[in-house]
Amino acid sequence: MTSGLLATSKAVRHSERKSAVSAHDSRAAWLFISPWLIGFAIFTAWPLIYSGYLSLTDYDVINAPNFVGLDNYRQLAADPKIAQSLGNTLYYTVIQVPLHVLVALGLALLLQRAGRASGFFRTAFFLPKMTPPVAIGIMLLLLFNGQSGVINGVLGWFGFQGPSWTTDPNWVKPGLILMSLWTVGSSVIIVLAALREVPDHLHDAAKIDGANSWQRLVRITIPMIGGTLFFLLIVNTIASFQTFTEAYTAYFGSGNTTYSNDAALFYAIYLFQQGFEYLHMGYASAMAWVLFAIIMAVTVVQLVLSKKFVFYLGGHR
Amino acid sequence: MRTAPLGRFAVTATVFALITTGCATGSGNSDSSAVAKAFGSTSAAPSGQLRVMGFGADDEIGSTRLALAKKALPGVTVSLVEGDLDIQAFLSAVAAGDPPELVYANRDQIGTFASRGAVLPLDACISSQGIAVDQIAKPAIAQVTFNKQVYAVPEFNMVQIVMANSDLLGKAGVQLSQLSGQDWPAITSATKKLTASSGGKLSVIGYDSKLPEFLPLWAHSNGADLLSADGRKAQLNDPKVVEALTFANGVYQAQGGFAKVKAYRDAADFFGKENQYATGTLGAMPMEQWYVNVLNEMSPKAPLAFTPFVGKDGKPVAFASGSAWAIPAGSKNAAAACTFIKTMTAVDSWMAAAKARADARAKDKLLFTGLLTGNKTADEKIRSTFVKPSGVKAWDDAVKATYLANDNTFSLPANPADAEFKTAWQDAVNRVLNGQQQPKPALDAAQQQAQAALDKAWAAWDAKK
Repeated sequence: MTSGLLATSKAVRHSERKSAVSAHDSRAAWLFISPWLIGFAIFTAWPLIYSGYLSLTDYDVINAPNFVGLDNYRQLAADPKIAQSLGNTLYYTVIQVPLHVLVALGLALLLQRAGRASGFFRTAFFLPKMTPPVAIGIMLLLLFNGQSGVINGVLGWFGFQGPSWTTDPNWVKPGLILMSLWTVGSSVIIVLAALREVPDHLHDAAKIDGANSWQRLVRITIPMIGGTLFFLLIVNTIASFQTFTEAYTAYFGSGNTTYSNDAALFYAIYLFQQGFEYLHMGYASAMAWVLFAIIMAVTVVQLVLSKKFVFYLGGHR
Repeated sequence: MRTAPLGRFAVTATVFALITTGCATGSGNSDSSAVAKAFGSTSAAPSGQLRVMGFGADDEIGSTRLALAKKALPGVTVSLVEGDLDIQAFLSAVAAGDPPELVYANRDQIGTFASRGAVLPLDACISSQGIAVDQIAKPAIAQVTFNKQVYAVPEFNMVQIVMANSDLLGKAGVQLSQLSGQDWPAITSATKKLTASSGGKLSVIGYDSKLPEFLPLWAHSNGADLLSADGRKAQLNDPKVVEALTFANGVYQAQGGFAKVKAYRDAADFFGKENQYATGTLGAMPMEQWYVNVLNEMSPKAPLAFTPFVGKDGKPVAFASGSAWAIPAGSKNAAAACTFIKTMTAVDSWMAAAKARADARAKDKLLFTGLLTGNKTADEKIRSTFVKPSGVKAWDDAVKATYLANDNTFSLPANPADAEFKTAWQDAVNRVLNGQQQPKPALDAAQQQAQAALDKAWAAWDAKK
């Protein structure tokens, strides 16, 4: 009985001490993350909420916002440039994202076999990522120039007459998609890191069972790095929906001050024009929320599908 | 691909909104008595600071006048926020009630600023300081006059003249007068003669009609303007505008299409020694007068010929553009800003600047081709004092053509939706150039788009009054 009471008392004291330590730790934890929390509240959460309010107003940057209800959203539905810019963005996303992941995977597989030269090639692949995006936009106009560009020059060696990449509306987006591969290096490094985590014994066992390289790639390597590929898919999808700088520079900004090509009018570019060139900040806010909803919906679909197709080592995600 | 900073967009929108709703002090329509009061303290010597946004004194024309303006304001600390005007930075500063004291903008931005109450009407400034606006070219004043009030003082004038390669013209048997702009079939015919291709690629651009930027010039030379004189009615699908676009686009079609011309043009060393005239790869084009200086400096021996751009009626014509000084609403030193504007745009200041430029050109053994200030009195004095015949016909013709163009300019009036209006017609031209639409449906669509933007902006302005 006495020993039971003692044990209970010890347990209570231990629990109180643990609770006090836990509360202390908890306070410390909150203190440590408070700079980020304050920053998040001021610079992300509040602007996000406030832009929701602005989307219900007519706001020209100078004068006070004027509440207009859902007018901006109704206008969005009737604006032909919304459909056009969304169509351009979807086209870009549907082709660019899988291509980006495939090229990253292909280059990472090559790098894995590079042996001692791997370090050099890792740097070589990553370096283009350091190029400022505005410079990439200008470079696009030079590389893809229909008359004197390198791309058409190379096509010419093989007897092909290259298209007018920078003016023909049918070729503007393919040109931008190809140019986007300039910065594939960072994804290559991520995939390479994942490839190095694939246990060798799985490949060894498959080899003993007679699996060839292709079978080992499809049945072992890709499933084992599925989580990484899925991560790239999600991140690149979001980035593609928001693609802006290179296309803006090449077709709407310093690359072409008066010439533009509406085949390159991506949603984010039109949003920028509405907000910062036409000073329709309320309308631009509504556009931003629509884009947010679209990206959220696509991401949710991808997450649901991932449960079926993506394998996580150890079952954790 | 890098992405749009949507997060930053949300932050920026919120900051704009908060400063507008929470702490705006200088926005909205400034009532006339307050404006007059702001410029009224001319008896006391100006003091304090004068922050100038959008102006850089990086050549002798700017630095000479800036020195004079500082001298006229001995008690004032002048600081420059250099580079092209950042509209977002400017408007957010106005909304926050802490704008720069003075702003330097493109003339076509003034209507938008005025309609939103971002800049002050300058009638009181002009009268109190005695700024001689009657000396300024009328089309330039029209660009900064919104709702019958002057909101800025213009300076500089950019005009177009025809620049040609005389060797190519000679070889093709084309007269320069054929390319002046008066006879459109003659231009098309000459273009075909001048154009050359090799292996399916252009080797000589016969004639560059400079679309989309020069559509207003081609339309005006055909007797139509893109916008009504009061700035309220878009006239983009006027049959004469459609005809102008059809012709100017046809010039490219005669050379294999715009894509080929643009690709070749984009690959050229436009500002360098290997420019299109020096390399004999361009027959002719209408171009702004400042390019004469580039050619004179980079390729003085190139076989060049110049003539004024002429409308279908046979009269010289040029589409004027330039800069302007405006005083933001809420400027804390409007009187000093007004004195600064007066000094920068005074005839004596222009003369001093022109002398500095002429001396610098002479030192570099280069030709002084004149200076288009936007002030007609200053232009005449500069021409008679500093512009001397070079003895080379081409350069003397260039100077003559420039001054003739300067005397025959037109402009588009100030309006509250200039950016959208411009986007509407330029997008239409680009759709035609890209082969996506024919001129008529493209301009019909642009007309609807532009008129809707104008109607909305004017309605907002009318509701404020």
